[in-house]
Amino acid sequence: MNKTFVNRSVAESNSYVKAELRKEKIGAAVRYFILLLCGLVMLYPLFWMFSAAFKPNHEIFSSLSLWPSEFSLDGFINGWNTGTEYTFGRFFLNTLWYVLPKVILTVISSVIVAYGFARFDIPFKKFWFVTLVATILLPTSVLLIPQYLMFREMGMLDSYMPLYLPMAFATQGFFVFMLIQFLRGLPTDMEEAAQIDGCNSYQLLWYIVVPMLKPAIISVALFQFMWSVNDFLGPLIYISSVEKYPIALALKLSIDVTEGTQWNEILAMASIAIVPSIVVFLIAQNYFVEGITSGGVKG
Amino acid sequence: MSKVVLENLTKIYSNGFEAVHGINLEIEDGEFLVIIGPSGCAKSTTLRMLAGLESISGGSITIGNMVVNSLPPKDRGIAMVFQNYALYPHMSVRENLGFGLKLAKVSKADIEKQVNEAAELLELTPLLDRLPRQLSGGQAQRVAVGRAIVKRPQVFLFDEPLSNLDAKLRASMRVRISDLHKTLKKTNRSATSVYVTHDQTEAMTMGDRICVMKDGHIMQVDTPANLYKYPNNLFVAGFIGAPEMNMVETRLDRTGEGKCHLAMSGQILGLPDAKLQKVLANYTEDVVFGIRPEFIKLADENSPKDEVIKGTIGRMENMGAEFYIHFTVEDREMCTRIPAHIVEEKLLDSVGKEQLFHFEMQNGHIFDKQTEKNISL
Ligand SMILES: Nc1ncnc2c1ncn2[C@@H]1O[C@H](COP(=O)(O)OP(=O)(O)OP(=O)(O)O)[C@@H](O)[C@H]1O
Ligand SMILES: [Mg+2]
Repeated sequence: MNKTFVNRSVAESNSYVKAELRKEKIGAAVRYFILLLCGLVMLYPLFWMFSAAFKPNHEIFSSLSLWPSEFSLDGFINGWNTGTEYTFGRFFLNTLWYVLPKVILTVISSVIVAYGFARFDIPFKKFWFVTLVATILLPTSVLLIPQYLMFREMGMLDSYMPLYLPMAFATQGFFVFMLIQFLRGLPTDMEEAAQIDGCNSYQLLWYIVVPMLKPAIISVALFQFMWSVNDFLGPLIYISSVEKYPIALALKLSIDVTEGTQWNEILAMASIAIVPSIVVFLIAQNYFVEGITSGGVKG
Repeated sequence: MSKVVLENLTKIYSNGFEAVHGINLEIEDGEFLVIIGPSGCAKSTTLRMLAGLESISGGSITIGNMVVNSLPPKDRGIAMVFQNYALYPHMSVRENLGFGLKLAKVSKADIEKQVNEAAELLELTPLLDRLPRQLSGGQAQRVAVGRAIVKRPQVFLFDEPLSNLDAKLRASMRVRISDLHKTLKKTNRSATSVYVTHDQTEAMTMGDRICVMKDGHIMQVDTPANLYKYPNNLFVAGFIGAPEMNMVETRLDRTGEGKCHLAMSGQILGLPDAKLQKVLANYTEDVVFGIRPEFIKLADENSPKDEVIKGTIGRMENMGAEFYIHFTVEDREMCTRIPAHIVEEKLLDSVGKEQLFHFEMQNGHIFDKQTEKNISL
C-alpha cells in the first residue's frame, strides 16, 4: 500500500514539473518576442540609414522598405568626394585632431583631480565637492558666450584649442565625479601597502591607482570619445574655415551647398561617420564591464 | 638594534573618539609580540600608528634608536602584512614581491636574487608568474608575507594575517610564520615582529610575549605561560584560556585566627597560606573568585577538608580525550575538565547527581570586585 502511494506521488510530481516547465517556456517566448519588437523599433532608424545610403536619391523618401530596389554606390562615392576641394577623409582626420587631445587631456586631468578628492584631506573639501557636482548640473549653453569671448581674446578662434584646452583642467565634472565614486569603492589597503613599500603620492597614483582605475578610465575615454565625435555645437561655434571642419560639420556642409540635397550622400557619410565610435566601443567593451580589483583583496 | 618603544601613545580620531589612551610598550629586538584583544579594542589602530598609516595624537614611537613619530611609512624600516593580503592585483607575484625594491632603485639583478630567495623560503617559486587572482587564499597570504620579507625591514607588522583562512590552513600558516621568525633570527636578520590577532591559539603558540588590550588600554603584557598562570586582572583572566576560567562573585570572610575563607553558598573554601599573605595585604570583602577548569578535580579521601565543595552535575560534554563537566553549586555555574578514563570509571550516568569537587586553591585567584585587580598575586 505504501508503495503504490509513493508511485502515485512520483507520477504526480512528474506531471507537475512538466506543466511548470511548459509554463516557463511560454513565458520566455513571450518575453523574447516583446524584447525583439522593442529592439527592432529602436534599431529601425539605424537600419534605415544604412539601407538608404545605397538607394538612389529619389527612392529614399518614397518607400519605407529597408531593401533598395535599385542598388547604387553613388552615395558613397560622391559623398566621399564631397562638394568641396577636400575628401571626406580630411574631415575624418580633422575630427581625430581635436578628439584625441580632448580624450587624453580629459583622462589625465580628471584622474588627478578625482584622486585628490578621494584620497587627500583638502581644506573645505565638502564645499569643493558640492561645487563640482553643481557644475555638472549647469547647462553648457550658459557658458557659451562668455567662453567664446574669452577664446576670442586669447586669439584661439578657428583653431581646435577652444575645443580641447578646457579639458586640461578637469572641467567635465561628470567624469571627475564618476572617477571619485569608483575610487571611493576601491579598498585602500593596496595603496597603504604601496605606501609602506615606498611609494610617494605620485608613484602611488601611477603604479597602483591608475591600474586599478583602468575600467573607469576606459569608460571615461569612451564616453568622451563618442560625445566629442558627435559634438556639433562646439565646432560650429569655434571652427569657421572649411579645411578644419570635423565630420559633424562636414555632414551639414553638403546640406547647405547643393540646392537639391543629396540625401544618399549624407546618409552614406553618416553611416561611415559612426564606424569609429562603434569600433572603439567594441574594442573597449571588455574592459568597460570587467573589474580588475578582484583577487588582490579577499572578500 | 630594532627595538620598538611606545611611550604614552595616544590616538584621538578626527571625530573626537579616543581610541588609544596613552599606552606604554617595549618590544625587544627580535621579539615576537602578539597583541590580542576583543574587536574594537584598537589593536589595528595601534599597529597602524606604528606603521605610519595613521597619525599619532600624543606620545612617541621609537624604532631602533629613531623617533619615527612624523616619518612616512617608507622611512620607518617596517613591512606590514594585511588581513586581506592587499596584493597589487595587476602585478604578477614576482612583481608584487619586488615592487618595494624596485621603488628603492635596487638593481634588477639584486631584485631577482632577493625575490627568488624569498620565494624559495615560502615555496612560492612555481607561482612567481601568476596574478594574485589566480592564487588561493593561503598562497596569496604567503605572497603577502614574502613581500614583507623581501624588504628586509627592521620590524614586521601583521594585522590579523590569518583570519581569512580556514582552520586547517590557519594552523599550518601559524607554524610557518613562527618558523620563519626563527629562521630570520638565526640568520641574524632583523625579525622583531608585532602580530595582531583575536585568536587565542595564535597568541599563545606564536608569541614570545602577549599584550592584552581592552578599549585602548593595555591590560597586561607577559609571556603566554605567565599570562595564563598569573592574570593581573579579571579581564585577562577571562579572556585567556578555553574553556574559560570559572569566576564567581563571592564574599571574603576573615576568621579569628588570621585566616580567610570564601563563602560559597553555605559552604566554604579556605585560602592556603601562600595566598593568604597577599590577600590580606589588599583585603576587601567583595571579591571575585576565579579558578581554571583543570584545577577542579573530583574529591577523594586525601582532599583537604576546606577545599572540597559539593555540586550538582549538569551537562557533560565529551571532547574526546577529556570531558567538560558543568556543575552548579547552588546557583553558581562552574566547569571542570576531567580526563575521559576517569569519567568512564567514576562519573558515567551521574547527570543530576551530587558530587564532591576538590578546588586546588593554590592555583585559584582572588580579584577585587571594585578594581578588578588580582589581589592574590
Ligand atoms: N577612522 C576612524 N574614525 C573614528 N573611529 C575609528 C576609526 N577607525 C577606528 N575607529 C574606532 O577605534 C576603535 C578601535 O578600532 P580598531 O580598528 O583599532 O579596532 P581593532 O582592535 O583592530 O578591532 P578588530 O579586531 O575588529 O579589527 C573602534 O572603536 C573603532 O570604532
Ligand atoms: Mg583590526
